[in-house]
Order: sequence, then C-alpha cells, then structure tokens
Amino acid sequence: MAIEEIERTAKNIVGTVQDYSLFAQRAVLNLFRPPRYWTDFLLQCNIIGVGSTPIVLLSGFFTGGVLALQSAATLSEFGATAVTGRFVSLTMIRELGPVLTGIMVAGRNASSMASELGSMVVTEQIDAMRALGVDPMRKLVTPRLFACIIMLFFLTILSDAVGITGGAFVTVFMNHQNGTQYFSMAWEHLRYADIVQGLVKPLFSGFIVASLGCFYGMRTTGGTEGVGRSTIDAVVFSSVLIIFGDFLLTQVLLTLFPPI
Amino acid sequence: MMEPPHSAEPAPPANPSPVVEFRNVSIAFEGPPVLEDISFSIAPSETRILLGPAGVGKSVLLKLINGLLRPDEGSIQLFGEEIGAMSEERLFPLRTRTGMVFQEGALFDSLSVRDNVAYQLIQERAPDDEIDRRVHEALTFVELDNTFAFFPGSLSGGMRRRVAIARALIHQPELLLYDSPTGGLDPITSTTIIELIIKERDVFRTPSILVTHRLQDAFTLCTHRFDTELGRMIPLPAGQTDPATTFLMLEEGRLIFNGSLHEILHTDNKFVREFLE
Repeated sequence: MAIEEIERTAKNIVGTVQDYSLFAQRAVLNLFRPPRYWTDFLLQCNIIGVGSTPIVLLSGFFTGGVLALQSAATLSEFGATAVTGRFVSLTMIRELGPVLTGIMVAGRNASSMASELGSMVVTEQIDAMRALGVDPMRKLVTPRLFACIIMLFFLTILSDAVGITGGAFVTVFMNHQNGTQYFSMAWEHLRYADIVQGLVKPLFSGFIVASLGCFYGMRTTGGTEGVGRSTIDAVVFSSVLIIFGDFLLTQVLLTLFPPI
Repeated sequence: MMEPPHSAEPAPPANPSPVVEFRNVSIAFEGPPVLEDISFSIAPSETRILLGPAGVGKSVLLKLINGLLRPDEGSIQLFGEEIGAMSEERLFPLRTRTGMVFQEGALFDSLSVRDNVAYQLIQERAPDDEIDRRVHEALTFVELDNTFAFFPGSLSGGMRRRVAIARALIHQPELLLYDSPTGGLDPITSTTIIELIIKERDVFRTPSILVTHRLQDAFTLCTHRFDTELGRMIPLPAGQTDPATTFLMLEEGRLIFNGSLHEILHTDNKFVREFLE
C-alpha cells in the first residue's frame, strides 16, 4: 500500500511538473504569434503594477528601516555605524528588494490570478470563451505573464529606492547619524554587478508568480472549494519558488560577477 | 387512448450530409467510461433532444461536439471535418461557427450584457455601431433589450440564460448546442426559454442539440411551433409533431435510444419507459 501511495504521489508530481512546463511554454510562445491582446496586457499592468504599489512601498520602506536599525546596532560594536548606508543599499538592491517584492506580489497577485481564473473555470466561463473561438491562454494567461514580469521589474526598483529611504529615515531621525554620509556610503560602494543581480531576479520572480497563479487557476476542479485550494497552492508554491529561485540565481550571478 | 403522433410536414431528405457525426465515440476520466461507443448524427435543420438522468454524460457529449473535450476512441465529424485529433488552434475557427448555451449561462461576470453578447464581434474588431446594432437585435430576439447596459450579477437566472442564448445567436451559428438551458428554473421561466428555442428553430432552422432531463420541455419542443404573426409559440394540431425534432437517450454512458417522438413513446426499452413514466 505504502509503495503504491509513493508511486501515485511521484506520478502526480511528475505529471504536474510536465503540465506546468507545457503550460508555461505555451504562455511564452503566444507572445510571438498573433492575436495579441494589448488592451488586456495594459489592464493587467495597471492591476499588477499600480495595484501593488502601496504594499510594495510600505514593505520596502519598513524593511529598509529595520535593516538600518539592526545593522546600526551590530555595527556600533565595531565602531562602524558609518557603513550603515552601504549595508542597507547592498542588501536591499541585491536581495531583499527583489525577494520581498516578489513575495508581496505573489501574495497579492498569484492569489488573485488563481482565484479569478479558478472561478472562471468552475462557472464554465473558460469553456464559454473557448466555445466562442477565443484562446484563454492568449487572452488571459499571456497578458498576465508579461505584465507581471515587466511590472515586478519596476516595482523592485521602487522597493529598493524606498527601502534605502527608509534606512535613511531611521539613520537620521532615530540613530541621529549624518544623512549625507549615509547616502554617500550607499551610493559609492554600489557596483554595476549589484544592480544587475537585483534587476535580473524580479524577471524570474514575475514569471514564477504569474505562471503559477494562472496554472493553478486554470487547472481548478471541485467547485468553490477547489478555487480555495488553487489559491493556496498558487501562493505557497510561488513564494517558495521565488526564494528557491533566488538561491539558485544568486549562485549563478555570484559566479558570473564574483565579489571583489 | 391518444392516437400515435404523426409528422406535420414531409420528412427532410433521407441522407443529407450531417452537420455532426459521431462514430463509436468513447471517453473516460480516470475510471470507467463516461460515454461508450456512441454513434449518431445531426442533419441540417434537425433538432435533437438528448435525454437522460443526471450524471449520465449528456454535457460531456455536448462538449465533445465542438471539441471542448477530446474522445479517447472513435471519430467525431463537425461540418464535415474530423475534430477528434484536431489541434486547439484549428478548432477555434470551427467553434466560431457553433453557438453554445451553457448550463448556468456562463456569462463573463466582469463584462456588461452588451459586451457579453458581442464577445465574438469585439474579438473580431467589428465597428462599435455595428456591434451595438447586432446586440440590440439579438437582445430583442430574447426580449431583453432593456438589459443592454446591465451586468450579469444584476440579472435573474432566467434572464442570464436568455442573454446566453442571445450571445450564442449573434454570430448566426450553423449549429446550436444547448446544455440544460432550463435546469434549475421555475416552470414559467422554463417555458419562456423553450419558447425562445422553438422560435430560433422555426425562424432560423439552425440545426441544434438540446440536453435536458425535463420531459415536459422535450415534448413542448416536439408539439409546438412558433407563430411569427402572433409572436408566440402555439400547439401543433392534435396528433402532429415537428418532424425535424427527434430524440437521443443515454443510460450509463451508452446511447440506448435514437428516434422520433412516436418511436420513443412506443419503445419497448424498459429504461426509456421508466424514464418517461
């Protein structure tokens, strides 16, 4: 019995990975073949980009602030509080900005995509769309995928900027240090490779969020309960994959751009 | 005793090229077959009523017709083209030639009635004034022109089905698929929907297949015609039935009956007789 259970689970996992790969491949290739739904793409850019801005601004600002608080406390033991700006900017740009923004957008948008598409599946709206001669992959999935990739890129830049500002706020108003020194340290030690690292990651995170959100939404079964299950799966798997992907990407990028 | 019904008009040509043809079609979903060895056809101008208890595979059969589901075995021809193994890309143009009314209407919640009905025309980038004109025509046909700017959430169940019928009709389909259009509706609203289906059948003569488990709806379809002068359906003279409206019946995934109203009323099949009683 146990072996049968293991076999069934393994087959399910392999089957899901295979389905996901084919799904993601179709979603990407659709961009290179007409028809393209630019209006839907712009609408999704608005929903994902503009809609996520408040949570990205807030989470970025407070993360930068916490980083400044924690690092200043530790650095003061070595008399190195002057490098708080460097610490905050590097951490935000290379790691926390991309990862936190990805997770925040996953929480907001992967869930929304999975529940919206899942509801459409269980109420036969997806079948109705297909019956009306419209490909739901092109109309619903591809615009979400590319809107999410592009918007996450810009949201990460925004998050990095407000994170560094949050760090500056704490450094100046709570730790009573010099603001010019903070920004000077934050700027002078930034390298091209740091920026590249920080801006490559959101491209992958955006892909993970939208492709998993849409994938779980489109394979929803089991009515409203199934919609809930798909939503949970989409958020959980996209969040975990963002962190796992970040780990792999960091390894690759550190190899390509070794620290000086 | 009621006389056996006979046809009101001469029967259509014996072997016209069918719009839909199933040959030995079977399909299963992780378990025993849902449909097994199904063979039937729909001729031009023919209305077929698919009867059977709930869960017997009626909706699955309907979705096989326009390629929303793929058969495991057998051949399905739609408008003379084999669609069983046809790619999704090639199926889309064929599907635009069919109209489908789903069980609960399946209207797009985020779009207005106008945009729902005009969905195909909008995708084809038809001019706005043409879209508005054709939507008004389609909504007038289902007597819901006043809902043009409404959203589906503000419509009753019956109104949603009527809007779904308008959406299926706007593109002047060559085949109509009705999936339990009266399911879950009160008798009066059901009669309104059936009247619309009869109106469509008698005005446009579009071949169609209607899934239902309500015998009353099925018999109304056979025994009534739409009077365009009166603007409503009227009963056919006593003993007459619509010759182009015939029956199919499923039991546990198998097609157990294929014939006219007269034949179904006089069949020896035990299951059919129990179902009718």
